[in-house]
Amino acid sequence: MNSAVAIADTRYAAGQRLREKLFRGATLAAALLVLILLGGVALSLLKGAWPAFAHFKFAFLTREIWNPVTDEYGALAPVYGTLVTSLLAMLIAIPISFGIAIFLTELAPLWLKRPVGVAIELLAAVPSIIFGIWGLFVLAPILQRHVQPWLIEWLGPLPLLGKLFQGPPFGIGVLTASIVLAIMVLPFISAVMRDVFETVPDVLKESGYGLGATTWEVIWKVVVPYTRSGIVGGIMLGLGRALGETMAVTFVIGNAHRVSPSLLAPGTTISASIANEFTEAVGDLYTSSLVALGALLFLITFSVIAAARFMLLRLDRKALSSV
Amino acid sequence: MNRRLIRKTANGIALGLSALATAVGLFCLGAILWTLISSGLAGMSVALFTQNTPPPGGSGGILNAIYGSVVMTLIGILIGAPVGMLAGTYLAEYGRAARLSSVIRFVNDVLLSAPSIIIGLFIYEILVVRMGHFSALAGAVALAVIAIPVTVRTTEDMLNLVPQGMKDASTALGAYPWRTITSVIYPAARSGIVTGLLLAVARISGETAPLLFTALNNQFWSTNLRAPMANLPVVIFQFALSPYKNWQQLAWSGALLITLAILILSITARVVVSALNPGGGAQR
Repeated sequence: MNSAVAIADTRYAAGQRLREKLFRGATLAAALLVLILLGGVALSLLKGAWPAFAHFKFAFLTREIWNPVTDEYGALAPVYGTLVTSLLAMLIAIPISFGIAIFLTELAPLWLKRPVGVAIELLAAVPSIIFGIWGLFVLAPILQRHVQPWLIEWLGPLPLLGKLFQGPPFGIGVLTASIVLAIMVLPFISAVMRDVFETVPDVLKESGYGLGATTWEVIWKVVVPYTRSGIVGGIMLGLGRALGETMAVTFVIGNAHRVSPSLLAPGTTISASIANEFTEAVGDLYTSSLVALGALLFLITFSVIAAARFMLLRLDRKALSSV
Repeated sequence: MNRRLIRKTANGIALGLSALATAVGLFCLGAILWTLISSGLAGMSVALFTQNTPPPGGSGGILNAIYGSVVMTLIGILIGAPVGMLAGTYLAEYGRAARLSSVIRFVNDVLLSAPSIIIGLFIYEILVVRMGHFSALAGAVALAVIAIPVTVRTTEDMLNLVPQGMKDASTALGAYPWRTITSVIYPAARSGIVTGLLLAVARISGETAPLLFTALNNQFWSTNLRAPMANLPVVIFQFALSPYKNWQQLAWSGALLITLAILILSITARVVVSALNPGGGAQR
């Protein structure tokens, strides 16, 4: 009798151990799959891009030409467009996000905090294609009729700065794409900024107020220095989004493979070129050149996101050590 | 006295600007929703839900696109969610302190913010090129790859919220970790995990870029997973840029439908979270 129980017990224990092994193995395999995915993305892009890199060598990066007829491709225009639209978008989005984060953490009464915060987060949930058609059918005509003629008339004649505002008001173009991008990344940056502002210990802020500082002085001299790396991390995260954003930009950028100093001129970005041309690309070199653009985009966003995570990580450590 | 006045004015200006910034953000959300509703409602009709996408100039609906979007989103989440949940479980429970885990967390964060069009290129290279044609299956896998990092992140965060005491109690009863995880930790974190899944569905159902050259589009009704399939985002993209008025109208109606669905999903997810921890409120 006793021995039968003992045998059942060991059998039960063995079954448990086996299940433990299987479950643990499954979770580990899934976790490793995440690593494999990123590796797979990098490898497949490199493999697809190889013919273009091998054919054009370094000239691929420095040439503006993009001609499917003569089968000659250069990445300069899309890379330039990607960087310019993203930087301009950040110039617009950073101050606004900063304001929203301050409003949500320091200014808003409690009853307003939640609904406003949720509304801004919902803006982040709106799919990018919606921003695209809104930009094309609503924002672009407004800019074309009311804003761009004014910019051309008043800022165009200025020396140096005027170069940015030349040409006819198309409506679509680099400026419009940047504004749409700015609206898109707003909620991401303000969400991170709000979260890092909330990590500032109340004692620090209260000592500021105790010395007679105004709310703004506490924000600028206590909250901002304390959360600096977190703020930069949030900005980089937003920049990563802006660099890779596809649909919103594709609608309003105009898809012209040119480097033009004017912000009102149509241009293109890496993601917009891929979205517009990939399914129509005939010929291996054409396809490969588009994949090569994708590989460049991956490289750019990877470095930006990695830097962002590094900055946010530093804040985490700081927050932990001060507890 | 003068100095005090300057400081107070600076304070007033700065705080006023921050309120203005918030107003700008809210105005953008309002403007987008208003455009969607006013342009989208005009096209709401029975035909929208009962007919397939029309040829140029003809009339029709977006039935096949709605079906395709639902099918690909479901398959995407069915593939992505289990993988993401298991990986999240590893990070939160088995490998919490392991060096491997911090690498995986970092890589997961990179995947989370990687441009979705690159995921599309990746699936094109490994599936579409191999199979020799575009297919709904490739589209669904692309969506799954986007859903995985979202689920990993939320699962890990939610499992970490489960009190250590509950895990210890289960271990003290002699339960193996897998038993503790499946019988104690998962039920305790259930609403959080459901929230994560809802957010993942919301995220992938609006994705356009990864579908452009995986699922492509299909003008006709198709249930074949190995063939191109219509889907709302790509239909919106193609129809909005077309010169035909009725195509553009269909694009607006489709845009309204997809945005409503996503906003409802996100709001539901938030309600679930605030039901989970009423004191803390939803962070995200």
